[in-house]
Amino acid sequence: MKVKYVLTAGVALGVLSGALASSAPALAADEIKIGDINSYTRLPAHTIPYRRGATLAVEEINKAGGVLGKKLVLVSRDDQGKPGEAVKVAEQLRSRDKVALISGSLFSHIGLALASWAKQRKALYLAAEPLADALVWAKGNNYTFRLRPSTYMQAAMLAAEAAKRKGAKRWATIAPNYAYGKDAVAAFQKVLKKLRPDVTFVGSQWPGLFKIDAGAEVQALAALKPDAIYNVTFGSDLAKFVREGRTRGLFKGKLIVGLLTGEPEYIDPLKGEAPVGWLVTGYPWQDIDTPEHKKFLVAYQARWNDYPRIGSIVGYNTMLAIQAMLKKAGSTDTDKMVAAMKGLSFDAPTGPITFRAVDHQSTMGAYVGWTVLKDGKGTMERWQYLDGAKYLPSVEETRKLRKQ
Amino acid sequence: MGEFVVTLLTGLSSAAALFLVASGLSIIFGVTRIVNFAHGSFYMLGAYIGVSAVHAVGGGAIGFWIAILIAAAAVGLIGVAMEVLLLRRIYRAPELFQLIATFGVILVIQDITLWIWGSEDLVGPRAPGFTGAVTILGQRLPEYDLVLIAVSPLVLAGLWLLFNRTRWGTLVRAATLDRQMVSALGVNQRWLFTGVLFLGSALAGLGGAIQLPKGGADLLMDFNIIAAAFVVVVVGGMGSIGGAFLAAMLIGLLQTFGIQIFPNSTLILMFLVMAVVLIFRPWGLLGQPEIPGHGVVEAPEAPLRPADRGLRIVGAAVLAVLLLLPVAHLIVPSLVGDFSLVLVIEIMIFVLFAAALHFIMGPGGMVSFGHAAFFGGGAYAAALLVKFAEAPMEIAFWAAPAGAALLAILFGWFCVRLTGVYFAMLTLAFAQIAWSIVFQWGEVTGGDDGILGTWPSDWASSRIAYYYMTVGFVVAGLLALRRILFAPFGYTLRAGRDSPLRAAAIGIDLKRHQWVAFTISGAFAGLAGALFVYSKGSVFPTAMEIARSFDALLMVLLGGVHSLTGPIVGATALTWLNDLFSELSYWRFLLGATIIGLVLLLPNGLVGLGETGFGRRLGAAPDREVPA
Repeated sequence: MKVKYVLTAGVALGVLSGALASSAPALAADEIKIGDINSYTRLPAHTIPYRRGATLAVEEINKAGGVLGKKLVLVSRDDQGKPGEAVKVAEQLRSRDKVALISGSLFSHIGLALASWAKQRKALYLAAEPLADALVWAKGNNYTFRLRPSTYMQAAMLAAEAAKRKGAKRWATIAPNYAYGKDAVAAFQKVLKKLRPDVTFVGSQWPGLFKIDAGAEVQALAALKPDAIYNVTFGSDLAKFVREGRTRGLFKGKLIVGLLTGEPEYIDPLKGEAPVGWLVTGYPWQDIDTPEHKKFLVAYQARWNDYPRIGSIVGYNTMLAIQAMLKKAGSTDTDKMVAAMKGLSFDAPTGPITFRAVDHQSTMGAYVGWTVLKDGKGTMERWQYLDGAKYLPSVEETRKLRKQ
Repeated sequence: MGEFVVTLLTGLSSAAALFLVASGLSIIFGVTRIVNFAHGSFYMLGAYIGVSAVHAVGGGAIGFWIAILIAAAAVGLIGVAMEVLLLRRIYRAPELFQLIATFGVILVIQDITLWIWGSEDLVGPRAPGFTGAVTILGQRLPEYDLVLIAVSPLVLAGLWLLFNRTRWGTLVRAATLDRQMVSALGVNQRWLFTGVLFLGSALAGLGGAIQLPKGGADLLMDFNIIAAAFVVVVVGGMGSIGGAFLAAMLIGLLQTFGIQIFPNSTLILMFLVMAVVLIFRPWGLLGQPEIPGHGVVEAPEAPLRPADRGLRIVGAAVLAVLLLLPVAHLIVPSLVGDFSLVLVIEIMIFVLFAAALHFIMGPGGMVSFGHAAFFGGGAYAAALLVKFAEAPMEIAFWAAPAGAALLAILFGWFCVRLTGVYFAMLTLAFAQIAWSIVFQWGEVTGGDDGILGTWPSDWASSRIAYYYMTVGFVVAGLLALRRILFAPFGYTLRAGRDSPLRAAAIGIDLKRHQWVAFTISGAFAGLAGALFVYSKGSVFPTAMEIARSFDALLMVLLGGVHSLTGPIVGATALTWLNDLFSELSYWRFLLGATIIGLVLLLPNGLVGLGETGFGRRLGAAPDREVPA
C-alpha cells in the first residue's frame, strides 16, 4: 500500500517537475533568436510558405555573416489557432528561449492578443500577416509593428480601381461573418462612397467562415440584383462560392471585385475553375520581373523546390525588416529596437518598404490586377504594384485613429 | 415565384450531405450509445478518399459514382477498425468514456490526413453529366442539386427497408430500444455493433464524398460538420432516422431562407432551432423518451469517501511544492525558469475549470457539452467591466463568477428539465448561442477581435504575485467544491443521480437541487475564466467555443469521472501533455495516440491507475459488467 502512495505522489510530482524540466537552455552568445509564432497546424496551407520564406531569409542573412556579428536563429512555434496558446508560447519563447523579439501570426485575433501581451511585457512584436486595422490603429501600441498591407489598405486599393468603372452602381457584398470580413466591407464601402457618391450598396451577405452555404448565398445575392459584387470570402468558401456562382450564372455581366482572391494560396486550389475577369489583390509571382524579385524567386525555388506564395514573400520581408532593424538599433535592447523600427526603411524583393513612425504600419504594397486563366491555372494580368504609402490615411487622420 | 422555388430546392439539396452524416451518427448512437465525435472526421475522410478514388477510377459517367461508393465503403471499414481495435475494448468503461477515445481518433485522423493529402484545399471533381444548370421559372439551378435532392429520400428509403425488412435491421431496432433484452435473448452484440459502426461510418463517408461536386476536401471539414450533425440528430430525436431526415430538411430550408432575410444569422440560427425544439420537445421531433434503466447499463457508483490520511499527505505535499515553486525559481532560476510558473498557472486554471465541470458531471450526473459558456462568459464579464467602466482588477475579477452564475441560472432553468444526452445537447446549444452573441455583437464585445488590456493590478502584475493569487483561488475553489459535495446538499445531488425516482419519492425537489448545482458549477467555471483572462491580458470568443468545452470534458473523463481527484489529475496531465507535444510538428497525432493509449490502458481514468488499492480509495468505481 505504501508503495502505491509513493507511486501516485510520484506521478503528481513528476508532472510538476516536467514543468521545471522545460527550463532554459543556455543562451549562446553569438546568436540572436527570433521567436516566430504562427498557426502551423490550423492553417498549414498559409503558414508553411510563410515559414519557408522566413527560413530562406535567415539562411541568406547568416551566409552573409549574420547581423551585428551574430547569427540569426528562428525559433518557430505553433499557436494551434488559439490566442491563449499564442500568449503562452510567447511567454515561453521570451523567458526560456530568450528571444530578442516575437514575430509572425496570421489570424487577426491572435495578432491582437500578442500585441496586448507585447505592450504589457514591454517586448517587441512584429506582426507579419494579420490584417486587422485595429492592430495598428484603435488598439495599436508602442511595441507592436505590422508588415503586411492591412485590410483597409487592400480594400482601399480595390475601391480606387473599382471607382473607375462607371457602370458599377448597385453593389452587393459577401464576406465571412467575422471581424476581418466586416472590416473589409466597411473599408471598401467607405473609400468607394467617397470616390463615387453615386453608388449604392444594396445588401451584404455574411456566411460563417469556412461554413458557407454557397447555393443559398448565391441565391440571396442574385435576389439583390446588383451590377457589381465585392467578395471577401476565401479558402474553401471561395471555391464553393465560385463554383456555385458560375453554375447559377451569378457573375455574368457583373463587375466582381475580390479581396485577396488573386493570392496563390486562394486562387491556385481552384485550378481550371479559377474566376476570370475579377478585379483582385494578389501576388503574380511568375510575372514580377524586377531583378530583386527574380533573385528571390530563384533562391526560393532552389531552396524549397516549390513556388512562393504570398506568405513566402511576407515571411521573407519580415526577416529582412528584422535584419535592417537590428543593424539600425545596434543592439537587442527592446527600447532601442522599438526606436529603430520607427521610420525604418529597407529594400525588399517587392520594392522599398518603410515602417511609418505614426502608426507602425509598413508601406508594403499589394499587386492589383484582373484574374485570368493561363495554362489551366488562375493568375493575374494587367496588374500593377500599388505602393501602400499612397493608400494609408494621412498622419493627422492616423493620429485620430490611434487615439483611444 | 421562380426565386422562391429555386431557393426551396437549394435548401433541400444543401440538406443532403447533412442528412447522410447525421443519420449515420444517429444510428451509431441509437445502438451503441456512443457519442461519436469522430464522425466529422469520417465525413472529412469520405471527401478526401473520394477525391483520390475519382482520380484512380477516372471520372467517367460511371466511374464517378463507383468512386463515391468506394469512398463510402472505405470509410465504413475505417469505422469498423475503430470499433474492433478501440471501442470494443472499452465497452466496460463508464458511459461517455468512449467519447474521449473518439476524441483521440479525431486528432490522429487530422494529422494523418494532413500527411497523406497535404495542406492545400482540394477542389472536388464534378459529376459527369451534371455540370450545368437547369432553368426553372427563369432561375438557374445546378443540375447536381437535383441529384442531391433525390439522394436523401433514396437513402432514407434504403435504410427503412434495411431496418424493417431484414433480420439484421430488426435486431438493430431492438437493440436501440432495449439493449439488455436483446443480449438476454442471445444475440451476439459484438457483431451487431461492428455492423452498425460500418453502416454509420459509411453514411458519413458517403456524405463527404457526395458533396464533392459542390465543394471539395479541406482540413477543417471535420469540426465544421460535427456541430451541425449533432444539431440535426438531436432536433430529429436521437436514434430516429426519419427524425434526422426531417430535421436536416428543416434546417436546410431555414438556413437558405434565413440568410436571405437575416444575412447575419448564419452562425446562430441552427442552435436557436435546437434550443427551441429541446425546450418544447425534449426528445426531439420524432424521438422517444428513454425507458429508465433500460437504455443504459450503469452499475451504481461506489460512495465518495472523505480524504483519508494517505490522500491528505499527498495533497499537502503537492500544495507544498506549489507554494515553494516560486522560491525555487528565485534561488535557482536556471532550473525553475520563468516559464515553469506560467505553465503551472495555466494548469491550475484548467484544474479549476475541470473540477467545476466535474461537480455536475460526476456527483451530479449531468454531462455538460457547453461548459465553456461559463468559463468564457465569466472571462467576458470581467473584461467588459474593464472595457466600459475601466474597473480595476479587484472589482472586475468578481464580476466573472457572478456573471457566470447568472448565466448558469438562466441556462440551467431550461437545461435541468432534460436528462442524459439531451441535457448535454441543450447545454451545447446554449453555449453556441452565447458564443454567437459574443462573436457577432462587435460593438460591445469587440467580436472576434476580442477585448484587450485585461491585465492585473500593479500589486499582482509580477509573475510570482499572480502565481500565488492563482494558486490561492484554485486551491480554495477546489476545497469549497469538495466541501459542498460532502454537505447534505452533495448527498442529495448524488441521490438524485443514482435514482431520481427514489429521490423524488422521499420528497427531494431534484430539479431545484440540480439547478443550484449547475449554478455553483457555472460560478466556479467563471472564476477559472477570471484567472484566465487576467493571465492572458485579453479575451476572445475562442474562450467559449465548442473546442474549449470539449477540452474540459476530456480532462474530466481522462482523469476519471468517478473520483474527486480525477479532474485535477486529468487537467494537469492534459495541459502538460499539450505543452510538451506542441513543440513537435505532428503534435496532434502524438496527443491523440497518447489519449487512445491511456483510454485502453486505464478504462477508469488516470486515477484508476491504482485500480484495486489506491484508486478505489480515491473513489474510482469498481469494474462493471460487460454489456454483452
